Amino acid sequence: MTNVTMTVNGKAVSGDVEGRTLLSSFLREGLGLTGTHVGCDTSQCGACVVHVDGKPVKSCTVFALDVAGAAVKTIEGMANADGSLGVIQQAFQDHHGLQCGFCTPGMVMSAAALLADNPKPTESEVRHYLEGNICRCTGYHNIVKAVLAASGQDVAAVAAE
Amino acid sequence: MHNFDFVKPSSVADAVRALSAQGAQALSGGQTLLPTMKQRLAAPAVLVSLTGIADTKGVRLDKGALSVGGATAHAVVAKEARKHYPALADLAGGIGDPAVRSRGTIGGSLANNDPSACYPAAVLASGATILTDRRSIAADDFFQGMFTTALHDGEIITGVVFPIPEKAAYVKFNQPASRFALTGVFVAKYGSGVRVAVTGASANGVFRWTEAERALSASFTPAAIAGLSLPSDGMIADLHGSAAYRANLARVLTGRGVASAH
Repeated sequence: MTNVTMTVNGKAVSGDVEGRTLLSSFLREGLGLTGTHVGCDTSQCGACVVHVDGKPVKSCTVFALDVAGAAVKTIEGMANADGSLGVIQQAFQDHHGLQCGFCTPGMVMSAAALLADNPKPTESEVRHYLEGNICRCTGYHNIVKAVLAASGQDVAAVAAE
Repeated sequence: MHNFDFVKPSSVADAVRALSAQGAQALSGGQTLLPTMKQRLAAPAVLVSLTGIADTKGVRLDKGALSVGGATAHAVVAKEARKHYPALADLAGGIGDPAVRSRGTIGGSLANNDPSACYPAAVLASGATILTDRRSIAADDFFQGMFTTALHDGEIITGVVFPIPEKAAYVKFNQPASRFALTGVFVAKYGSGVRVAVTGASANGVFRWTEAERALSASFTPAAIAGLSLPSDGMIADLHGSAAYRANLARVLTGRGVASAH
């Protein structure tokens, strides 16, 4: 076992891990941050997306030791300081951008990465960006609406383009 | 996955030393290697991460060519190559999905030489040079068949130097589940002639379509190759497409590449 340290949601954390310990396992089992979901464990579905130094990554396809020292942000870090839902989370609730909710943590993290890079995306840019996040419930329409709403755009107008 | 010792050197020299250990394997972005290890198709004793070496990262212009560090992530190439070599940026920005592009690297893609990977097409069509810890290798000598390259055991790709073409395009027909190329064609027009590289089609990996290169060097128009055909012998055939389908797709995509080259 090797001790790994990193910053998760603004807090310095450390824990003992094996070489093979995935970032997703370290977050869930080492730190108890079970908001990050492991869907496929084969880097297809995107439920496990977190940010590492501001970039979206599939945490099931990164070793914890390989991101030692990095700043990691998970779905638990997306709420406001008072515990209320963040803008993207609230938009997913308002637009019913989920059914079972399993893929939602990854969807929200990918959406946050998109909006950081491209604050006013078109509908097609949202759909394209979310290619690596699979949802088996919704058919994506309400997810796309939620992301557009979170960007501050008029959903009906943008979606009609 | 089986366990292993993990090391993350900060210099190429230290990485080469670490890779000389019994059962050592290089890890770059890991977007292919981790799934492979989960399936126990690879079980290294020591994993040597190459992403902690600062001087193998980044994109820069060097004597009129574009130099890309071996450990540069696809997302970085998609952004930073844009104004110098837009077709290369297009290719990098179309690999996998955004999360894969945050981690996956050009060096990892080339060292693996997946027969459906995108980067080998850009490197071969550009006549790029692959730099390693010990030598430089011309693209024409580098790719040696499916998952096979000229790299020796423990040799590390430190960078790739791309001559910048007058015009180029990469046209990829997506395999939508894997987001690899069902077939992809990179067309690059240089003063010295046109190069055409096809990925995802041949069971032998990326290859140059020299007949199309001759025709396009004479006339860089889609019409110049309209009458050509690629033989389907040796093409990949699977449930997504037959060998004949891929051979035809390569021709169609070459025409689209010529039409959209910029």
